[in-house]
Amino acid sequence: MTNPASLSQEARMREQVLDALSAVYDPELDEPITSLRFVSSCVATADGDVEVLLRLPTPQCAPNFAFLMAADARRVVRAVPGVRSVSVQLEDHYTGDEINAALAGGQGFTGAFPGETEDDNLEALRALFLRKALIARQSRVCQEMLDTGAGPEQVVSATVADLPDGPEAGRCLELREQLGIGHGPESPAFVLPNGDPLVADQLTRWLRGARLVRTSLEANGGICRSLLEFRHKLATEPQEVAG
Amino acid sequence: MYEKNGEQYFIVDSHMHMWDASPDNWVKGQEQYAKGWIECFHAYMGLGPPETHWPIEKFMKYSDEDFEKDVFQDGGVDVGIFQSTYLLEWYKTGFNTAAANARMAEKHPGKLIVNGRFDPRDGDLGLKQLEEDAKKFNLQGVKLYTAEWNNGSRGWRLDDEQTKPFLEKCNQLGIKNIHVHKGPTIWPLDKDAFDPRDVDIAATDNPELNFIIEHVGLPRIEDFCFMATQEPNVYAGLSVVIGGLMFARPRFFAKVMGELLFWVGEDKMLFGSDYGIWEPKWQIDGFLDWDYPDDSFSDYPRVTDATRRKILGLNAAALYGIDVPKEFQVSEEAGAPAAKEDAELVETA
Repeated sequence: MTNPASLSQEARMREQVLDALSAVYDPELDEPITSLRFVSSCVATADGDVEVLLRLPTPQCAPNFAFLMAADARRVVRAVPGVRSVSVQLEDHYTGDEINAALAGGQGFTGAFPGETEDDNLEALRALFLRKALIARQSRVCQEMLDTGAGPEQVVSATVADLPDGPEAGRCLELREQLGIGHGPESPAFVLPNGDPLVADQLTRWLRGARLVRTSLEANGGICRSLLEFRHKLATEPQEVAG
Repeated sequence: MYEKNGEQYFIVDSHMHMWDASPDNWVKGQEQYAKGWIECFHAYMGLGPPETHWPIEKFMKYSDEDFEKDVFQDGGVDVGIFQSTYLLEWYKTGFNTAAANARMAEKHPGKLIVNGRFDPRDGDLGLKQLEEDAKKFNLQGVKLYTAEWNNGSRGWRLDDEQTKPFLEKCNQLGIKNIHVHKGPTIWPLDKDAFDPRDVDIAATDNPELNFIIEHVGLPRIEDFCFMATQEPNVYAGLSVVIGGLMFARPRFFAKVMGELLFWVGEDKMLFGSDYGIWEPKWQIDGFLDWDYPDDSFSDYPRVTDATRRKILGLNAAALYGIDVPKEFQVSEEAGAPAAKEDAELVETA
């Protein structure tokens, strides 16, 4: 018979694990795997044994991205206080067996695919997509400031402290942190991918470039969402307004 | 020549195939790959209008008569360019080799151009083969797949040392048009085929060659666009862009076209139907009618009669030295090349 106390402990543990998983982002779409509905199952015992199942939109999703997400999931769950053991499994993926075995054995990407790849930490790939995400998100915040009356000079001289409250600006600062780009209150509100501040005569080009990056990211996001919904017969989420 | 509303248009279809993927042509032991490949292509056909879909049996092997009706009669294609795709590991006589395409081209003199291929990993033998093919098929172009696996290698790049002699050889042989497949692929793991940086370097090193990026790196178009603004000899191949998006995802298609018109410009975009994946007629007809769906696209370059004429035929005709009768040409000033702002923008990049 299940003890009510341990049940609530289980529920608490599960909640903490899910909360931790919400910090794992799809590197390309820059959204948490939890809101993308990539976490298909999460089971935690009162003793801290956790099993997470991940499902991706298609069995052919790129193995490097799949590996990054699964490895990140494992890392954040292990860091949850009270967790004793973690199993993260990628389900129904054409390289799932290789990735699951490498994860369980604590190996890197080359461990999953010996002889097929030389890129073990995938950090360059991650950084590339973090920069793209930063360009896309910053430009949405910037466009919003321009739309509500700010001029080009005002926008480029704004500091982090001037940024509007909200998840978009908040995520920009997280991305800057991960990329090692300064983000203190006095730092420029908007930066180029290399961390240099944006200047007024670059603004038009920067916004156009960012729109192009957003078109690509949104297209991928749209494709992933519809594929996942179709494959797992999920209810359709409201479509994001294209920016 | 395609006729619509009393107007006549010169059409060059820069990307087509004449393949045999029927079970009789599957290599023993490789049936699952041969079948999987053609079924995947067939699924793409589903992105076109339902009345243009074929049953899988016809899709695996269409006849000369089908080709002639779809391409010349209904599609009004003046000149078609075959992009040969070998896949000899899976298909006994190949999927669509230059030789197979040449058989069709011989039936229609002056109407069909055959492009060849090379793989730098084949070394000296590959160079010799390229020379022979150039002579035999009068090659003006090649189609390259950098993500292809070969004998333990997991792909190659256009800026590899081993590729240099091949591009030099192309130049010597008068093979000026290098079509490169840059689109979504699964394998290999660490040389993502969407990454066009290798083309950037090869295009700078070989200013006398033209690089046509097939499928513009879809669905990740931004790296391609940024590169194309900086390289005068880089072109956008619209195969799959029109066929895969115009009907199935019209708003995304409008955005992609708007971005391409802005960054790459209407003088450097080439129509390709990717026949037999899709018939050319609905693509040409739809594109002649096409414009942005609403005012939210007002920031993108406008689409004019000259834009459509260039993309549907004149740009490819210029690359392949095809004579275009005077009545189909547009004046030098017509239309809008990539915005002047670009040039300034690039300098500040």
